[in-house]
Amino acid sequence: MSDDSVQQHPISVYLKIWLLLFVLSTFSYMVDFYQVQGYLRWTLIIIFMFLKAGLIISIFMHLAWERLALIYTILLPPLAILLLIAAMASEADYINFGRLLFFSQ
Amino acid sequence: MDKSADEASVGISSLVDDWSSDKQTFDMPWGKLMMWLFLLSDTFIFSVFLTAYMSVRMTTTADWPPTSEVFALVIAGQHVPLLLIAIMTFILITSSGTMAMAVNFAYQGKPQRAAKLMLLTALLGASFVGMQAFEWNKLIFDEGIRPWGNPYGAEQFGASFFLITGFHGMHVSVGVIYLAIIANRLRKGFYDGKGYHIVEITGLYWHFVDLVWVFIFAFFYLW
Repeated sequence: MSDDSVQQHPISVYLKIWLLLFVLSTFSYMVDFYQVQGYLRWTLIIIFMFLKAGLIISIFMHLAWERLALIYTILLPPLAILLLIAAMASEADYINFGRLLFFSQ
Repeated sequence: MDKSADEASVGISSLVDDWSSDKQTFDMPWGKLMMWLFLLSDTFIFSVFLTAYMSVRMTTTADWPPTSEVFALVIAGQHVPLLLIAIMTFILITSSGTMAMAVNFAYQGKPQRAAKLMLLTALLGASFVGMQAFEWNKLIFDEGIRPWGNPYGAEQFGASFFLITGFHGMHVSVGVIYLAIIANRLRKGFYDGKGYHIVEITGLYWHFVDLVWVFIFAFFYLW
């Protein structure tokens, strides 16, 4: 095992990311507090969520400094989940349509 | 391991090198790789839960309970939406910050400081679980929310809520125990001379728990 497998970065990096995560969390809380609705609400929630997730994975979990072999092993398989989400969304939409058509008074 | 060949490759060629050479593919401690693979599988579990939640929320014809109001706290007569959840979010982020610093101190060769920061992380995690217990208590006894129904709207709300936050809470609880055990061993010098990779491995688990909360916060509480 080579020495560069030891993750060593200045503390200030972590403090900055910590602060950034605080700010982003405050922003996403504000979305609810000020009752932003509709597509703007969903867009903002998704943006803040992915920014936070990205910071945690890349900096706190050090994935940004790992070799590509590990990065691909971790990040590629979850893409299959997008397929599951698409399939389930389409099916759920269909079931909802059926319920509205046959079960509503 | 041939280090000079290692250093020569970056980007895609490093990927090819790692997989094609006659050597160990992942240049890292065994435990760290196994933790990553465990977290990958855990990602799928939580994704399936959240996708199931999406499905039931889309299929139901009843109104979804207004989470902003269900999870509101009344402070001095004021209705503050999602207050407890926001505090829990900040606590978990702070615990991730202290964990990252613990890893840093461990690699600097300061196991005692790392152990203290890990214990602080565990303490923050425990307070998170405590607040979650308070939240469940309030929802079950004051608001009458059950896995099979609730007074606010769609019946599927309770089942999704208890399953998802329950499974996450269990992860936090296990993480607190894990952190406490490793911190104690670290304090006693168990890892001296063996390297402090274990702190980073524990940290990976803890950051993952924080990561899952980011998604739960967005999809369950805010959506």
